[in-house]
Amino acid sequence: MTTVEVKNLVKNYGETKAVKGISFTIDKGEIFGLIGPNGAGKTTALRVISTLLQINSGEVRIMEYDVEKKSEEVRKLISYLPEDAGAYKTLTGRGYLTFIANFFAEKNTRKMVEKGIEIADLGERIDDKVDTYSKGMKRRLLVGRALMTDPKLAILDEPTSGLDVINAQEVRKIIKAIAEKGTTVLLSSHNMLEVEYMCDRIALIAEGIIVEKGKPKALMEKYNANNIEEVFTKVVS
Amino acid sequence: MNALVNIIKKELKELLTPATILPIIVIAIIFGSIGSSMEGIQEGLDEKPVLGVINEDNRSLSKIVTSILENESEIIFISSDIADKQYGLEQVKQQDGMALIVINKNFSTDILSDTRGGLEVYWIMKGAGLFDTISSGVVEQLITSINREISKNLIETNNKTVNASIALWPTSRIDTTYFKDREIKLSPGAISSMLSSQSMLIPIVIMMIIIMAGNMVISSMAMEKENKTLETLLTLPVKRTHIVTGKIVASAIIGLLFAVVYMFGMSRYLQGFQMSEGLNLADFDLALNSSDFLLIGISLFITLIAALALCMLLGTMAKNYKSAQTLTFPVTMLAMIPMFVTMFADFDTLPLTLKGLLFAIPFSHPMMASRALIFNDYVLVIGGTIYVLIFAIVTISIVVWVFKTDRLLTGSTRAKKLFSFKKRRYK
Repeated sequence: MTTVEVKNLVKNYGETKAVKGISFTIDKGEIFGLIGPNGAGKTTALRVISTLLQINSGEVRIMEYDVEKKSEEVRKLISYLPEDAGAYKTLTGRGYLTFIANFFAEKNTRKMVEKGIEIADLGERIDDKVDTYSKGMKRRLLVGRALMTDPKLAILDEPTSGLDVINAQEVRKIIKAIAEKGTTVLLSSHNMLEVEYMCDRIALIAEGIIVEKGKPKALMEKYNANNIEEVFTKVVS
Repeated sequence: MNALVNIIKKELKELLTPATILPIIVIAIIFGSIGSSMEGIQEGLDEKPVLGVINEDNRSLSKIVTSILENESEIIFISSDIADKQYGLEQVKQQDGMALIVINKNFSTDILSDTRGGLEVYWIMKGAGLFDTISSGVVEQLITSINREISKNLIETNNKTVNASIALWPTSRIDTTYFKDREIKLSPGAISSMLSSQSMLIPIVIMMIIIMAGNMVISSMAMEKENKTLETLLTLPVKRTHIVTGKIVASAIIGLLFAVVYMFGMSRYLQGFQMSEGLNLADFDLALNSSDFLLIGISLFITLIAALALCMLLGTMAKNYKSAQTLTFPVTMLAMIPMFVTMFADFDTLPLTLKGLLFAIPFSHPMMASRALIFNDYVLVIGGTIYVLIFAIVTISIVVWVFKTDRLLTGSTRAKKLFSFKKRRYK
């Protein structure tokens, strides 16, 4: 069953073409990675899918809902974690999770918040103000926020950005676990080793165009490469 | 380059932005305009006041009065019959005069028999602003001169029948002011003093609320962008209209709280300056009733919503907290201009262009509402409130539209520059 369907997506900022007609689909429970260097169009594509940006041409559907025509319906299904997202500094970690949970569940807020706290794993610091958190703690809180809502589609832009090795590994495990339970994950990363480990399928994007896509192993075999980094280098050169 | 010079140059570059320069220029312009208005008033004070006179007495002391009035003012109507009072008043009104002075029938005999001589002053008041009533001071000075000259006469003629206190101030005065089709048994100065809370307190408080609440909304939008919380908020299952309304309503509540606190503090402050202690507005039919207060409340609330919607629109353009400070400037100006105008002048006495400008600025309407309602000018208040409501609805619709587009996150110019830079790097 297809969760995400992107057809010939074009997104321009004025005269600058950020995304130049990309197409891909993601199945239910799949972890799909958009891989590419800075400025390749990954974040723009994710923002369009997250209903933040308007489309110039093409079509994006999330579980049959058109992201432009049915954006309010789409927002009920997705959870978006921007790369450099922040949280409200005046709230505590728990307060922030409760604030977000209130948009999703009127009755089961407590259960949702407990799940967020478990994912964030901040211990007693969850009751401290967000303003006092380190960069890594904030990121863990935000990952908890993004995944506690049991979204049909989790859109994660550089999910391990700012995390140390141990925390990054922990987050990767959490993402894999939620995918196993049926959540579809679309993530972007410029860390190609990370996506090689996490993603079921990947799309390599450069200058707004998908230059290659497939399963990581199959691509490595196709390009006779030891890792996805090598694949990418060979594809763009 | 010397390190100190290097730092000074960098600091100057950061400090000398349009945000710091523009307010200084505009404030200088505003104070300059106030100065020019004051000069105009000063010139007005130097001109002879236009008066009408009815002298029923026509004896020696009343002749002193008419002689001073003839020398120091421009008499456009003169009569000796009180029956001409109404006609005289119409003449004074038509010729933009200031007052009709009636010297009572027994003016001279009363003074000489140790009773103050009666003068009746019928004022034509044009506006209740601070500047509007300054010109009536010229006539007050004339009356002081009249008293002084009669005193002098009584002392020089060594009149022993007159008590010293009467000799020092030989006239009594009854003031009647015609203002906005109403007859009030007070002088324009006393009326202006009684209305000082409407003239000073309300415009100042409204200006402060708009600036502070507006600043909160603009900063809130800027903080959402600076703290990178906006993107998350926009992908949550919440309607754009709810986000906009939520921000506006929260700031409006804080704004109204400010209003109560400021109103209390400022009214205590102004009481210290009030000259009309002991006079009750209700005794002169100048008090507001409960439906008037309701109208003022509605006008203030809708204006606050309009102001916050405008600030929200400006806030969508803010890139960060610093740029938000620049964006508060237009709102500050739009709040300060009507505050100064309504404090110093009455809407009715303004030139047509200034009237149009004042009406167009939505923040003017609650500032003008209380004074207008005292004189039953419901058309101005209700019309103004409807205008502000339309302004608020249109502005909120624009804000919601902006929230539904990319503009909130990208801003075309910025995006263009960013991507052209990235493109160059990538090549």
